[in-house]
Amino acid sequence: MAATIEDKLFLDRFNVDEQSHLTIIDEKVCVEDCANQPCLYICPANVYKLEHGRISIGYEGCLECGSCRIGCPELNIEWRFPTGGFGVRHKFG
Amino acid sequence: MKESFEVAIVGAGPAGISAACRLADQGVRTIVLERGEFPGAKNISGGVLYGRDLERIVPDFADRKCPVERNIVDSRIWYLNKDGGYSLSYRDSVFEENRRYNVFTVGRAKFDRWFADQASEKGALVVSSTLVTDLLRDENDKVTGVRTDRPDGDLQADVVLLADGVNSPLAAKTGFRPEPAPEHVALAVKEVIELPEEVIGERFNTEGQNGVTIEILGDVTWGTNGVAVIYTNRKSLSLCIGANLADLSARKIKPYEMMEAFKAHPMVAPLIKNGKPAEYMAHWLAEGGYDHIPRLCGDGYLIAGDSAMLFNTLHREGSNLAMISGSFAAEAILEARKNGDFGKRSLYGYVERLQDSLVFDDLRKYRRFNPFLQKHKEIFTTLPGAFGFAAREMLTVNGISKKNKQGMIWRNLRKHHSLPSLLRLGWDALRSV
Repeated sequence: MAATIEDKLFLDRFNVDEQSHLTIIDEKVCVEDCANQPCLYICPANVYKLEHGRISIGYEGCLECGSCRIGCPELNIEWRFPTGGFGVRHKFG
Repeated sequence: MKESFEVAIVGAGPAGISAACRLADQGVRTIVLERGEFPGAKNISGGVLYGRDLERIVPDFADRKCPVERNIVDSRIWYLNKDGGYSLSYRDSVFEENRRYNVFTVGRAKFDRWFADQASEKGALVVSSTLVTDLLRDENDKVTGVRTDRPDGDLQADVVLLADGVNSPLAAKTGFRPEPAPEHVALAVKEVIELPEEVIGERFNTEGQNGVTIEILGDVTWGTNGVAVIYTNRKSLSLCIGANLADLSARKIKPYEMMEAFKAHPMVAPLIKNGKPAEYMAHWLAEGGYDHIPRLCGDGYLIAGDSAMLFNTLHREGSNLAMISGSFAAEAILEARKNGDFGKRSLYGYVERLQDSLVFDDLRKYRRFNPFLQKHKEIFTTLPGAFGFAAREMLTVNGISKKNKQGMIWRNLRKHHSLPSLLRLGWDALRSV
């Protein structure tokens, strides 16, 4: 059986920061202006989910690739790296 | 941080550490700032490194317990369709003896940590868990240091080397490099799959510490401009699959689903059978090529490695270009230091060194390669099936004459490809390499 994204992320180690390093700048833009919402697909960690008509962010499992930041057609994601020492921590790399 | 340094390096990857080693060798007070909990904690590559470039920085790396996974003696290329595929491989015993460590696999979390230790031993200060959030500049806009996310975190330096990788919000924020467009990066996901050492040897036909790399094209990337790889480590395999980010976005592809389909491919599944997934990661590859290299130095700063978009897609070379550019940056800094001037002109020796080296030669040579793949999507959509049909029919013994089979193959190919389009493909392919 194919592994789900949850299975995959379960393999990784995260030192979770208290605050999210990812923020949607204007939630209205996601709902009203963004037809395709590519963040729901391209994010390799499935950080972005559609819940009750709005986009939610599960920053805890972010793999810090940056794809959502440049892939958002509205450039509506404020993106910074987690505080030094936080975030994903590779074992093998 | 009250202490002052001559050189501040952002990022403890191959570019930054190479520069730090070179500078520390010459007694330059150097600090490397790494946002990960340890050097390598955030780093990832497909997993190959090149001995020639490492040797120039750490000559006795093999004796210094460099965490080499496997020495590559066999390079394979696959062109896959849904049911199978072509395989071309080249193995040479010269890579076991004289040219040992020409190419070898590593896990970057282990290798980069080791590499940073070499820089520390030489006298550089490597500080982890420290994110550089901005650059300090004087009234003339010359870079004079870095701002970190530590309390009291401003740090003055004569010159700053940006080696923070392909995903650099710092470069975008400070304007040193524009944000890449989605079509100029590939997003790759990687899975490390554990297997017993001897099982890997049996499955890949290798002995001892020898290993294999497989580069894979075809419809495994679901019609997008992308590539997959399988590399052998000592007790694990590295599987990567990635594609142009704009393509993934347009096709609404979830990268992890593409990875699962890749793992289930009939040529891949037997290699990873009973393997235990151990880690899952994601990273960009800089695919803009020669035409998207940013300005490489200015007053008080230089940019090296992935940060400078130095990546050769065709030959999957990036970490070596990082090491070379990091070393050149260090040489240029040493020159500038002698002159007591870290202005743009004084640092320009960095750009000249790159221009005179294989780094720019290779990137210039292949500047058309990525646009070629981006234009000729048939390589990833219809051609794998047509090529597969050709081999399958030719190899099936079923009473049909070979001449008739050739006719069938040709007609099948022509279903999706006109003769002019095939000629165009061939011509563009030749011109791209």
